[in-house]
Amino acid sequence: MMDSLILRTATRLLLALMILFSIFILWRGHNEPGGGFVGGLICAVAFALHALAFGVKEMKRLLVLDPRSLLGGGLLLGILSGFFAGPGGDPFMTARWIIFKDATGAKALALGTPVLFDIGVYLVVVGALLAMVQALMEED
Amino acid sequence: METIMAFAVGGMVAGAVYLFLSRQLLRVLFGVILLSNAVNVAILLVGRLTPGQAPLIGQGQEVLGQGLANPLPQALILTAIVIGFGLLSFVLALVYRGYQELGTLDSSQMRTAEPEDAV
Amino acid sequence: MFSWTGFPVAFSGIEGQLGTFSSLTGPVLVDGGFSVPILAWTCNPKRESPAAAMLTAIGIIFLAAALAPTLNRLFPSFAHWLLALAPAGGFVWFAGQLATVVGGQPVAESWKWVPALGVELAFRLDGLSLLFALLITGIGTLIVLYSGGYLRGHRHEGRFMLFIMAFMGAMLGLVLADDIISLFVFWELTSVTSFLLIGFNHADARSRRSALQALLVTGGGGMALLTGLILLGTAGGAGSLSAIAAKGVDLTGHGLYLPILILLLLAAFTKSAQVPFHFWLPNAMDAPTPVSAYLHSATMVKAGIYLLARLSPMLGGTDIWFWTLTGFGALTAFWGGAMALRATDLKKILAYTTLMALGTLTMLVGLGTDYAIRGFAAFLLAHSLYKGALFMGAGSVDHGSGTREVRELSGLFRAMPLTGVFIALAALSMSGLPPFLGFIGKELIYEGLLTADRPVLPVLVVSILANATMLGAAGLVFVKPFLGAPSKAAAHAHEGGLTLWLGPALLASLGLLLGLYPSILDGLLGQVAASVRGEPLAVELHLWHGLTPALGLSAITVALGIGFYLALRPLTAGLAGLQRFTRFDADKGWDHILNGLDALARAVTGQLQGGVMTRYMAIIFTAMLLLLGATLWFRQALVLPAVDLHGQWVGLLLGIMMLVGTAGAMRARSRLGIITALSVNGLSVAMFFITYGAPDVGITQLMVETLTAIILVLVLAHLPALPKGPDRKPQAAFLHGILALGLGGVVTAILLAIIALPLPMTLSQFFGDTSYLEAYGRNVVNVILVDFRGFDTLGEITVVASAGLGVLALLKARYAKPKAKPQPGPQTGEVA
Repeated sequence: MMDSLILRTATRLLLALMILFSIFILWRGHNEPGGGFVGGLICAVAFALHALAFGVKEMKRLLVLDPRSLLGGGLLLGILSGFFAGPGGDPFMTARWIIFKDATGAKALALGTPVLFDIGVYLVVVGALLAMVQALMEED
Repeated sequence: METIMAFAVGGMVAGAVYLFLSRQLLRVLFGVILLSNAVNVAILLVGRLTPGQAPLIGQGQEVLGQGLANPLPQALILTAIVIGFGLLSFVLALVYRGYQELGTLDSSQMRTAEPEDAV
Repeated sequence: MFSWTGFPVAFSGIEGQLGTFSSLTGPVLVDGGFSVPILAWTCNPKRESPAAAMLTAIGIIFLAAALAPTLNRLFPSFAHWLLALAPAGGFVWFAGQLATVVGGQPVAESWKWVPALGVELAFRLDGLSLLFALLITGIGTLIVLYSGGYLRGHRHEGRFMLFIMAFMGAMLGLVLADDIISLFVFWELTSVTSFLLIGFNHADARSRRSALQALLVTGGGGMALLTGLILLGTAGGAGSLSAIAAKGVDLTGHGLYLPILILLLLAAFTKSAQVPFHFWLPNAMDAPTPVSAYLHSATMVKAGIYLLARLSPMLGGTDIWFWTLTGFGALTAFWGGAMALRATDLKKILAYTTLMALGTLTMLVGLGTDYAIRGFAAFLLAHSLYKGALFMGAGSVDHGSGTREVRELSGLFRAMPLTGVFIALAALSMSGLPPFLGFIGKELIYEGLLTADRPVLPVLVVSILANATMLGAAGLVFVKPFLGAPSKAAAHAHEGGLTLWLGPALLASLGLLLGLYPSILDGLLGQVAASVRGEPLAVELHLWHGLTPALGLSAITVALGIGFYLALRPLTAGLAGLQRFTRFDADKGWDHILNGLDALARAVTGQLQGGVMTRYMAIIFTAMLLLLGATLWFRQALVLPAVDLHGQWVGLLLGIMMLVGTAGAMRARSRLGIITALSVNGLSVAMFFITYGAPDVGITQLMVETLTAIILVLVLAHLPALPKGPDRKPQAAFLHGILALGLGGVVTAILLAIIALPLPMTLSQFFGDTSYLEAYGRNVVNVILVDFRGFDTLGEITVVASAGLGVLALLKARYAKPKAKPQPGPQTGEVA
């Protein structure tokens, strides 16, 4: 824990912003630069900075969930997203899509199993990195 | 351009190898960091360098346009970076625990598994 | 690490890779009907051959194997009857195919297995396969019943049934497989399951040794088989045996003929226990008797023979084929026969006579004349029938009298009349006396030798001697134990139950019946002969051939054989002397080989693993440097491009910054200095990514840099500072420096060589073309990660997760240090 006023003030402002930004990066990742890996990293950095400024206990309180649960949940989500392929007789992880079209017939929104998988990636990255950071910080 | 980077990568590899050969575990750790950076640069390099243009399919287009960066190496590097960090953290924790248990960061003194008299 | 392994695949195998992507996006949710996912994922049925009868037959047997322990627990008294239904059903189905196959129409079915490598799960039922399939399922049914009686009440009866049924499935797959990879997989499965069966009495050290010996010998042969089959497939231009045969490439004139032949013969000879790999078979008699009756008579040891017969149309006919097979075959036959006369354990006697039969069969395939091939087909069947019966009968004797030692047995006939009759019938067939099937087999063996197109007189003599020993051996397994005055062991002997004599009864009677009416077999054996010959070959079996030279040889054989039996005592003494004289004992040699390997491993380990980490590193890096450098040099791949620095200032700046960071990380001593240097390096790498069209990668690198700095700050604070001064001796520093510069130079040279080559864009083009249309994403990098190569990414996030848990485990889970010494008291006393 670093007792620096600048870091504390900045981090307090940054945390919410960075988490929101990371989710935004995750969501738009399919079409613009971004994705689960980048998003997860940004989120993890946000929490790690927060922990550096306010201590690990504070970070744990904010996280609510244990990093291990995030990690496990993410991995489970990633694996489960692959099983949607089964009923059609396709290989594991073949993507399935639901396409919403607008009035002109053009694709407006595509929801598919890769999006679920990407959320799984996000959660695994956040969970694993925070588990490491937390374990190392608690050595104090 | 690629040529310059090829030499930069070679330099990073040489530095990493020299650090790997140290008895000080922390320096080996720094070697790990340098080596993963070097390899990541090398992967992008062999997919050729295209200044500026990210491999995004533009609005209104259906396929990736010409003259954009090669997407495949980028996908490989992206995961390599994250895994490299996972590896780094693990090694760091290992070094740290090793120091706590054995009281040294010198690999030539860590001989619990392979005691000197056994060889 | 996953992407490192993915990297060479992605760049080198571009053309062949398109088929293997874990996922190509399908259309909206509807995609064909519902099918069982597991089957659909591993093999999609080809549309032209929807029948799956053979796969079903194998599958049901494996399923029965899986259910065996449970069934045995639920219905201990009749589980074996239920289990026997599986092979019995298979037998009925295969028998139903007789008409089709005898009509000259093989049955085939295939599924795609690994389409990218052209590997199929392909089965083909022709005459040779059908005969084997009938033997495997038919004798298998009897063996399952027999095992139920033999092991009644054994604590691990269920486990035994599991092993033997699994073996049965594997063996059936082996003889039906058409695809070379399928063949190899089933071949190895038989090795593994037979290891489990031979070592069934695992508490006994000798059983374990025998099991391991059999596994190592046949497993080593399996390695040769894989290599040989792949070479065969390459040379023959197809992935399945029938396709290679159909293509008709002249393999015997091919440049790879010799390696292929040596490798495949190695596989067949180890599996079928030919000299000098024969020693594992007698040792394998440590297995329970049903195993010997099944694996070591009719099935597994014949797998090598099957392979030889199967390959004979493609590889046969050359001088080397002829002399290797007839030579080693005759030698094995003679050795087996001679050793059979020396043995006194019923099962060992039978094991050695099996060696004789296997040698004879190898010899017949080698001879390759019309008569030899007919003899092969007839003798193969005859041997399976009588040897199965004899082994089961020997087991019954053991079961009823408590011993298998012929010296302790005589006059058993009164106590065990049924077993006696069946052993007598089988022994007569083994002796090659009329009117048994064995006689017809032996006549054809002699015909084959007499019609050989090369001078085989020595082989003929050896073969006569070997066949004569069979009479002696028959005397040892029937006359000695069953006739004469009852011995002590025979006094309390008793007959076993129905399941114990059903098998010998059926098999021995068949030997007689088929001997009397051999023409029943003409159709099937004709197709067997056709499979071995590669073209139609008619078989007409008769009990009476007229006064032929072969009959004369038979008469000599019988006279010799009776002589052998009568002069057994001096003969065995002579054989023992011979063995001492030659000092040839492969079994001891085996021990020497294993001990030598152990010593070698210890010596190498002692040299390479001295316990000094820097030395390990130096060895690894030196090997890398030499291998990579030599490859570059000999491939003449060194390229020196002209460097034009004009307008390259961005790249130049980034490159210099990377090197500055590197140098700083090498020189810095203070914590702050090191973290700064590493950050300079990492940030310039991130800048590089962003500059060259990889914003995703650049941001990722930036974030990782931040996290790296954070954890380094955290951890370095708890560790001592780096020691002042150099960390190695000047001499070491010099050598390490050369090694480091050499490897750096080699890496640069490799990169320059790659850059000088044209870049294959097939994969990237494919991703760019389909990313939006099929996977609905405009960010191609992300689509590759989560969709095209999603399976890879799944592996990668698993690694990340493991690393996270690993750190937790390292830092959180510590051994609880004892707070106080435990008080000595009554509790500790109880534990002890």
